[in-house]
Amino acid sequence: MLVEAVSAQQPTPSDDQVNQIAKQLYCPVCENIPLDVCPTTACAQWRELIREKLADGWTEQQIKDYFVLQYGDRVLGTPPAKGINWLVYLVPPIAILAGVYILFRAIRSWKRPVQTDNMTPNDSEVAQIADPAQDEYINRLEEEIRKR
Amino acid sequence: MVANLGYATLIITFLVSIYGVIAAYLGARRNSYALVESARNAMLLTFPLLTITALSMIYLLINGHYEVQYVTEVTSNSMPLYLKITALWGGQAGSLLFWSWLMSAFASAVTLRKWDRDREFLPWVILVSLITLAFFLILSIFVENPFISFWHSPTGSITTAMFQPAGTSLFIPQDGNGLNPLLRHPGMIIHPPMLYLGFVAFIIPYAFAMAALVTGRTDARWIRLTRRWTIVAWVFLSLGLVLGMRWAYDVLGWGGYWGWDPVENSAFMPWLIGTAFLHSVIVQEKRGMLKQWNMVLIILTYDLVIFGTFLTRSGVLSSVHAFAQSAIGPLFFGFIGVTFITSMILVIYRWDELKSEVEMTSWFSREALFLLNNLLFFGLFIVIFWGVIFPVLSEALGILGQKIPSLSGIFTGQKVTVGPQWYEGIVWLPFAGLLLLMGIAPLSSWQYSTAKTIGRAMWKPALASLLVVIGLVLFGFRSLPAILGFWLCAFVVFVTLYEFWRAAWARHHARNENLLAAFWYMIGKNRRRYGGYIVHLGMILMAIGILGIELFQEETQGTIPQGGQITLGQYAVKFDSLAVFDTADGRNVARAVVSVYKDGKYIGDLYPRRDYYYESQQPMTIAGVRSTPEDDLYVLLVDWQPLSTSAATFKIYHNPLVWWLWFGSMVFILGSVVAAWPSKEPEVVMSSRAIPETTKA
Repeated sequence: MLVEAVSAQQPTPSDDQVNQIAKQLYCPVCENIPLDVCPTTACAQWRELIREKLADGWTEQQIKDYFVLQYGDRVLGTPPAKGINWLVYLVPPIAILAGVYILFRAIRSWKRPVQTDNMTPNDSEVAQIADPAQDEYINRLEEEIRKR
Repeated sequence: MVANLGYATLIITFLVSIYGVIAAYLGARRNSYALVESARNAMLLTFPLLTITALSMIYLLINGHYEVQYVTEVTSNSMPLYLKITALWGGQAGSLLFWSWLMSAFASAVTLRKWDRDREFLPWVILVSLITLAFFLILSIFVENPFISFWHSPTGSITTAMFQPAGTSLFIPQDGNGLNPLLRHPGMIIHPPMLYLGFVAFIIPYAFAMAALVTGRTDARWIRLTRRWTIVAWVFLSLGLVLGMRWAYDVLGWGGYWGWDPVENSAFMPWLIGTAFLHSVIVQEKRGMLKQWNMVLIILTYDLVIFGTFLTRSGVLSSVHAFAQSAIGPLFFGFIGVTFITSMILVIYRWDELKSEVEMTSWFSREALFLLNNLLFFGLFIVIFWGVIFPVLSEALGILGQKIPSLSGIFTGQKVTVGPQWYEGIVWLPFAGLLLLMGIAPLSSWQYSTAKTIGRAMWKPALASLLVVIGLVLFGFRSLPAILGFWLCAFVVFVTLYEFWRAAWARHHARNENLLAAFWYMIGKNRRRYGGYIVHLGMILMAIGILGIELFQEETQGTIPQGGQITLGQYAVKFDSLAVFDTADGRNVARAVVSVYKDGKYIGDLYPRRDYYYESQQPMTIAGVRSTPEDDLYVLLVDWQPLSTSAATFKIYHNPLVWWLWFGSMVFILGSVVAAWPSKEPEVVMSSRAIPETTKA
């Protein structure tokens, strides 16, 4: 098959192996673009650098560490879990759990033993709904009239 | 000069807005009909005035008035007419102007309605709309003036100013830089207007909410009045997001549609809170509950809209230093802070009046499930907000670390990236929860539902969805997320279709209508509900597409000679030829022809290409895509041998099911149209339905 002839022509390590690592790194010059898809020349050179390192027998972790050493933590797709960066991992679950708790408390506090008389809406309830607003409106009207 | 005309009308609009704010305020205070009418006229006047401003800008853009800085930045001689017009929103200054223009159109439209029953709201709605408009006009006039021109001083230096500085002459460049090539795509041409329409339309319900708080008319009236506005805002915002996704898929050339970029997120956050609002107002209408919460949601939506407008164009949040140096950042944050705090003070002031009229009666009642829905949407918002803000926060705290040495170990100020892996590791959970709710909530009823009643309503569709799971497993699916995801999708689809079926069948029997007619009238009778279900179905189709591409995307890259081929799964891509040529509109195009084989059978050609724009010196990668409901084959031209073109590097993505993402978006638009379609019933009848409905599902 043609395919085999072609893959023999592939540089070693292959593009896919390079991209596998480049994907996890962010372009050090452009904002928010993963290294495997960045079209700039600089990024093509960085991908070649990964290829060289791989050919030299470096592991994935060593290559990532090398990039962090050279360009800082920002080249990693997710912040390394150290120091203040812990917050980025801790806040979302804590916030969601807090939300669940607040919701639970809120429903509990609303859920009073009023089920029987609240089961069917009746006219008095509707009147009750309308009344406070109505009063408020009349009060305001009277207030306005008094001012004149 | 046209630039002066545009600038002058901009200033006049600003003065008119300020007048309108004062007139509305005094009119409301003194209860003066004349003053409120005057404020309303001021509101109505802003639209024609800003139309003059916008048309001036468009005139300058079309006719290549390169002495205007903005025109130079976003257009060039070689650009076609339609791109010159759409360049109005191709840069920050123009976008802000465009935003104000749309805002004035929407706010004017809302003041044209009949106000007989809601007269007390009118001045406050005008006030809030005009304050918002005035803020954006301040930005346009003082900070991001789109009409600034180039001036040539005798010493040879070139400066920019609105009015001619002493001793200078107008400097007219021969040609402009041209629109950013990334923005020259049909998706990008209609994406910003849609997004902005969604943004400005959400200001209307906010204005009504504020009016309700100020006047103390805190019943569900304001929600009823803005119900359709909210749906319209939601549709436009959703459409804007989908178009943005499509644009990213077609143009950015990384085989995906969503990168969790701060700019994308900033448009997604108001959508999340707006969607929560859209659901929870139903609870207030039906049950008189969650009034405080709805206020908080709409205030948040409003401020997220402002935040989103700020982020989508300026991108200033990428670094603390860029933020501190720009004048626009502090202004935006000041405005967001002031409006948020003022609004929240109003909510607290009315807190007791906004208490629930009734109590929650059951854990499984529809109102409780709606609350859970709100929790999930809100949780998603918190996660995404945190992801957007954290890199900036971390960098900003670094400054603190520098000042206080003992803290420098923790606050290193290292810039970090919060990328897709982080988001995707968290958001799947709330999204799965929302899918599950989409399946359960339609089966619950207001007040009464218990686990038992829901179980009784649910078992048939649930059983059917389990059959789908068995089918998937027999078919060879082993990935747990995929099975879970597709099960949820099947469950919601069956529940929703079952709901349609049951209601239509009951009508068919009770009224002896034919089944199709029964179906049609049933939807017409409760458009919001069934429109909403159609939106749910659209969302499920989108979820299928997302599951497909997220869980089963494959990629490979390789360099092949002409005649060689790369295989990926069932597909083989053969490199036939490559041509490099210049085009009349200033591009250098490298276009490859590849033939695609599936299981050894020829199925067509694709033309991946790389456009290089000479003016802006930017390359653009346009994928060759073969899209079917089953899968997309997405071929990128990465590199080639420049002279001989005898070999080229291709990157190939196999994206299963992603077609459904786009198809689903059309379904949800259909559903929204059904939900927002004007009702034949007069409004009075609608509002007299204040009695909580006790529909059994």
